[in-house]
Amino acid sequence: MLAYYLRLGLRSLRRNPVLTGLMIMAIGFGVAASMTTFAVFRAVSGNPIPWKSGQLFVPQIDGFGPSGRDPGDNGEPPDALNYQDTLALMRAHPASRQTALYPVAISVVPADASKQPFSISGYAVTTDFFGMFEMPFQYGNGWGTNEDDRRASTVVISSKLNQKVFNGANSVGRNIVLDNRDYRIVGVAKSWDPHPRYYDVVNTSGFGDAPDFFMPFSRAIDLQMDTDGNNNCNKSPEGGWDAWLQSTCVWLTVWAELPDAAAVQRYRSYLDGYAADQKRAGRYNWAPNNRLRNVMEWLDHEHVVPQETKVSLLVALGFLAVCLVNTIGLLLAKFMRRSQEIGVRRALGASRREIYTQFLAEASMVGVAGGVLGLLLTAGGVYSIGLVFEPEVAALAHVDFGLIGLTLLVAIGATVIAAFYPTWRAAQVQPAWQLKSN
Amino acid sequence: MTLHPILAALRKHKAGVVLISLQIALTLAIVCNAIFIIQKRIDMVHRPTGLNEDNLFLVTQQWVGAPDGDDPAGLEKLDSMQQADLATLRNLPDVASVSPIRSLPLLRSGSVGGIGMKPLQQKSTVDANFFFGDEHMLSTLGLKLVAGRDFTAADVQHKGFRDESGPVLTIITKPIADKLFPRGDAVGKVIYFDSGSTPTTIVGVVARLQSPIDSGDSGLAWNSVMFPIRQDANFARYVLRAKPGRLVQAMNAVTPALYAANPMRVLDDRSVRSFADIRARAYRADVGMAILMSVICLILLAVTAAGIVGLTSFWVGQRRRQIGVRRALGARKVDILHYFQLENLLIAGIGAVIGILLAVGLNLWLITRFEMDRMPVIYVAVGVLAVLALGQAAVFVPARRASNVPPVVATHAA
Repeated sequence: MLAYYLRLGLRSLRRNPVLTGLMIMAIGFGVAASMTTFAVFRAVSGNPIPWKSGQLFVPQIDGFGPSGRDPGDNGEPPDALNYQDTLALMRAHPASRQTALYPVAISVVPADASKQPFSISGYAVTTDFFGMFEMPFQYGNGWGTNEDDRRASTVVISSKLNQKVFNGANSVGRNIVLDNRDYRIVGVAKSWDPHPRYYDVVNTSGFGDAPDFFMPFSRAIDLQMDTDGNNNCNKSPEGGWDAWLQSTCVWLTVWAELPDAAAVQRYRSYLDGYAADQKRAGRYNWAPNNRLRNVMEWLDHEHVVPQETKVSLLVALGFLAVCLVNTIGLLLAKFMRRSQEIGVRRALGASRREIYTQFLAEASMVGVAGGVLGLLLTAGGVYSIGLVFEPEVAALAHVDFGLIGLTLLVAIGATVIAAFYPTWRAAQVQPAWQLKSN
Repeated sequence: MTLHPILAALRKHKAGVVLISLQIALTLAIVCNAIFIIQKRIDMVHRPTGLNEDNLFLVTQQWVGAPDGDDPAGLEKLDSMQQADLATLRNLPDVASVSPIRSLPLLRSGSVGGIGMKPLQQKSTVDANFFFGDEHMLSTLGLKLVAGRDFTAADVQHKGFRDESGPVLTIITKPIADKLFPRGDAVGKVIYFDSGSTPTTIVGVVARLQSPIDSGDSGLAWNSVMFPIRQDANFARYVLRAKPGRLVQAMNAVTPALYAANPMRVLDDRSVRSFADIRARAYRADVGMAILMSVICLILLAVTAAGIVGLTSFWVGQRRRQIGVRRALGARKVDILHYFQLENLLIAGIGAVIGILLAVGLNLWLITRFEMDRMPVIYVAVGVLAVLALGQAAVFVPARRASNVPPVVATHAA
């Protein structure tokens, strides 16, 4: 019977090609607009480490105090730490795993003198970084606590840099010259670039090229390597590197892995105790003002999802709603025009249920056609995202099976939902009235 | 023509009326808010930075194996490298002028500090963006001096990148001058930076200079100060003005010339950027948003018009016999035409009223949720006129078809 209804539907849709075309286009455009913006939204707002995002935390300690804040900050402490507070946290180590990190840039002089120097960027981190963020290795491993303590010149390089310098061979144990200094390679990372780059959203906005190397934090400090990211000072340090380390300038991030609520509680009370100690010692003259946020809270706090993305998703959803209302109206027009046909069918013994099946079948054909059109437009939309959004964000949005399935599902689902009211009206047609008026 | 028959007929088509008015209401709400957002973005993108942006470009480069600037010997070495670069760039045939610079408006990285009126003032009176350059900075950037004087070669000091000890002289922008010295006598006055104790004398005031980091419209956006300080670090930035019409040639000449002077440096394909490129990148998201919104608005209006055409056509088809009867009873074609036009005006009017409420509601929600501004009434007013006009345009074709129904239809069986 369903096949028969589908044939009937096709025939009816062909009878008013203009009306049918309008419906298909409304559904197609509505679905495409929302799916395209959803693809962008999905690319930027996903959880980069869903199995662990509730266990990784960023501590914030207020190193500026109330006088160093703008009124718009709502009492929030700065989103980075100064060196002294970072050092205290790393020494006390109140978490099972913990790393400090900051971005660094280094220039590389190729052995081949005919090639020009180039610059690479990476992070100064501690040994726990690799385990906490579950970075996969192609060759070798991260370094150990020992290298951190010895302030060793070891380095983990990306597979991309390994390809560039060693043609992709296993380079573990070999040396690489970075900024005129030798570093021993202990590991080569597999291509690893979570989006957003949650471990450093303060300096990167969360997107951009993947880091080329990782080196021990202690070594980077010894070499007086400047941060390649933001440095915020409420009071300028007068003097050089040491004055900067002593200052309250904030430029570092600490991550702690806290596997359960008790660990989180312990960490919190450590932070509060530390801030209270600083106040007693006269270093900070304000009440403790700490925060401890997990990955998703941190991404939200740092506004990693661009405002544009949220607003455009909203607009697109509103657009889909209008298209649906439009489809309801057109389907209603289409179905009610066939009151006579319905009357005849009902009089000949078709139940209301049969009428429902017939018209919903017809509507789902519109949905399928709208879905296919929507799919084409979505594909076009996703490929032209680069015109509208940041290229770093646009590069992440792509069409995959999930998106294709979702597009079709939304198109058919939306059309069938839109068809419920017109179908209900069609099923209410009184056979007697229709027959009489003839 | 009285409204009575129209109202009576509409009562028979409640669902259709509700649907069209709902669609018009939603369209109105979305379109006025979207156009408001578009307009805000366009206004923002077109604000002048204060620079003379034509022929301006920026060079960013990094030394390889350079000393760090923390000890005096290293500092002098860095400074002589920078001076050598400046001389090289100044000698290029297509370059009009050059200055070292820490950052430029819209570059998205820069330094910010506080200004106080007294030494060691804890809470700053006003925050400002810091620009560092030499005596050619104002002329290269093309800033407009409204009071006082420009920096001279004798004013220029050089300091380490991290050494933010108090500068001696400064030129400030008019918004800061107006805030700190409302009587307009800023030149010659003394201010203090970053809660420090070194007095800094204001030598000049420029009309306008936009922030490197704040492309929005907060207080910081126009609060800038300049110092006659060449900063020495393991990287250097230079801002250059090409001779009129020679921008491309000047930009192409930079990399080979710098490598020829000293090959131990990193220059990549993003090292030499025109200001037009910096501007386009800074506002990319805003322009993109405006394009996206415009496209969605256009499609939305088209869909709504299509919906009106579809439903009205259906009504016309349904009422052919009644139209025939009316025509047979003496109604002219134009009466039928007006009937459908008036009917549409009524429905669109209902939609517009609901739409006004929705538009304002949506705007209020966007204000609380996305920190947007209140939408001026004019947007809603124009939006209402637009949807009413759209309705009339959309209804015209089916209404004319209705007016062409011949009276003889009245005699046909239904």
